[in-house]
Amino acid sequence: MMRPYRPKDNVQKKSYYTDRFWVAPKIPKIDVKEDEVFASDTKKIKEKFDIKDAYIQRGQLVVEIDPKINKDLLFFLRDELEYDMLMELSAIDYLAQSGEFEIFYQLLSMSKRKRVRVKCRIKENEAIESVNSVFRSADWSEREMYDMFGIVVNNHPYLKRLLMPDDWVGYPLRKTYPLQGDEAAQWYEIDKIFGKEYREVVGPEMRDPAYINENDTNNFARYKHEVPKGAPADSEPIEIDSFNEDAPLVETFDLKKSKFVNRDR
Amino acid sequence: MAQHQVNYAASGGLPVALTTVDKIVNWGRTNSLWALTYGLACCAIEMMATGASRYDFDRFGVIFRASPRQADVMIVAGTLTKKHAEFIRRLYDQMAEPKWVISMGSCANTGGMFNTYATVQGVDRVIPVDLYLPGCAPRPETLQYAVMLLQKKLRKKTIFNRQKPKRLV
Ligand code: SF4
Repeated sequence: MMRPYRPKDNVQKKSYYTDRFWVAPKIPKIDVKEDEVFASDTKKIKEKFDIKDAYIQRGQLVVEIDPKINKDLLFFLRDELEYDMLMELSAIDYLAQSGEFEIFYQLLSMSKRKRVRVKCRIKENEAIESVNSVFRSADWSEREMYDMFGIVVNNHPYLKRLLMPDDWVGYPLRKTYPLQGDEAAQWYEIDKIFGKEYREVVGPEMRDPAYINENDTNNFARYKHEVPKGAPADSEPIEIDSFNEDAPLVETFDLKKSKFVNRDR
Repeated sequence: MAQHQVNYAASGGLPVALTTVDKIVNWGRTNSLWALTYGLACCAIEMMATGASRYDFDRFGVIFRASPRQADVMIVAGTLTKKHAEFIRRLYDQMAEPKWVISMGSCANTGGMFNTYATVQGVDRVIPVDLYLPGCAPRPETLQYAVMLLQKKLRKKTIFNRQKPKRLV
C-alpha cells in the first residue's frame, strides 16, 4: 500500500491533516441588495418563480431553487435576463450529510459581465430534467454528471457514459467510491481482455511504486551484487561483463609511471 | 560448359560476400525496426521529438507507422487507461510476428503517479513487454538507447528458432 502522506510544507495555515476538529470557514453570504444588477435580477426572478433563497457569494449571485423549475428558470435567465452562457454544470455528493446531490448551473452574462449560480438539491434516486434544450453545452456536462454520479437526466438526447467505459460498474466521483477502485474496477482490464478465470494468473495490481523484494531475483537485482536470475538472493554474485558495452572505455594514463592506471566504462 | 570463364574465387571477380543467414537477416531486421506510434500521454511528446530532426530516429531505421500491420515494435508512450486497455491488446494482436514492445515512461511501466481507479498499473498486465524504459518522461536519448538495446538483443538471436508466440497468460 501507499506510504502515509505527511505534509512537509503545507500552505494551509490550519492543518486539515493534524487538526481533526478544524472546520473550513464558510464563505459569507451577502444580501442581494448590495449589488444593483443582482437586486433587480432577483426581483424579476421572484416575480415569476418560487425560489428558496438568493444571496451573493464572492461577487456572484447564488439562487437556490426547487429542482422541478430548473429548466424554466434557466430559460428565463437566458432570454429575459441575458445570462447567455452556461459555463459549467455538475453535481456535488452530499449523500453522507443529507442523502442528497447538489446540482449547480454556472451562468455568465456577456453583456452585464455578471455570473449567476443556480443550485438545487435532489435525492439519490431522483432524476433531474435536462437543460440541453436551453443550452447546448449542457449535453456533455449532463452525460458526465450521469457518468460520475449516476444522476439520471430526463429528456436528454443521448444519455450514455461519457468518460468511463459503458460496462463500468459504479460512479467514480461519489464520495463512497474508493480511490483505487472497487473490485470490478481493479480487475476491469483482466476481466475484459482475458476473462475472469485469468485473475489468478495475472495477479492483483501492484500499487506500491517503491516496492522491492530482495528475494525475488527474477525481477530485482542489487546493483553491483547481481546474482544469476532466479538464484537465491544470498548466493555468490556473478560478474556482469558490462551494463553498457558500447560505452567508450575511459582510460587514465599516468605520465610519470607511463602506463594506464585505470580502465573503466 | 560455358565458354566464358569466370574465376569466382579470384579477387577482382564478381562481388561475392559470404556471411551467415542469421547475420544477414538480423542485419535487416535490426536496422528497420518500424515502430507503431502509441502515444498516449505526455511521453508521446518525447517520442515525437525522438522522431523529429534533432534526434532523428530514421538513422536507426525506426520509422513510425500508424498501422499495426506494418510495425515491428510497439512503443507504448504514456498512461494506459482501463478504457483503452482492450484496444492496446487488440492492436498488439494485429501486429505481425516477430514483434516487440517497449514500455516508455513510468506510467507505462507501473502506472506511475496515477495510483487511481482508472489507470492500468503497468502495460505488462495486458501485453508482454521486452524493454522497460524508466523516466517521466524519458529523454529522447533514452528512447534511442532503448532501441539500440533492443537491436542488440535481436542480434544475439538466431532466426531459425521460431519466435515463441508471446503470451502473457
Ligand atoms: S511517465 Fe510521466 S511523462 Fe510519461 S506519460 Fe506518464 S506522466 Fe506523462
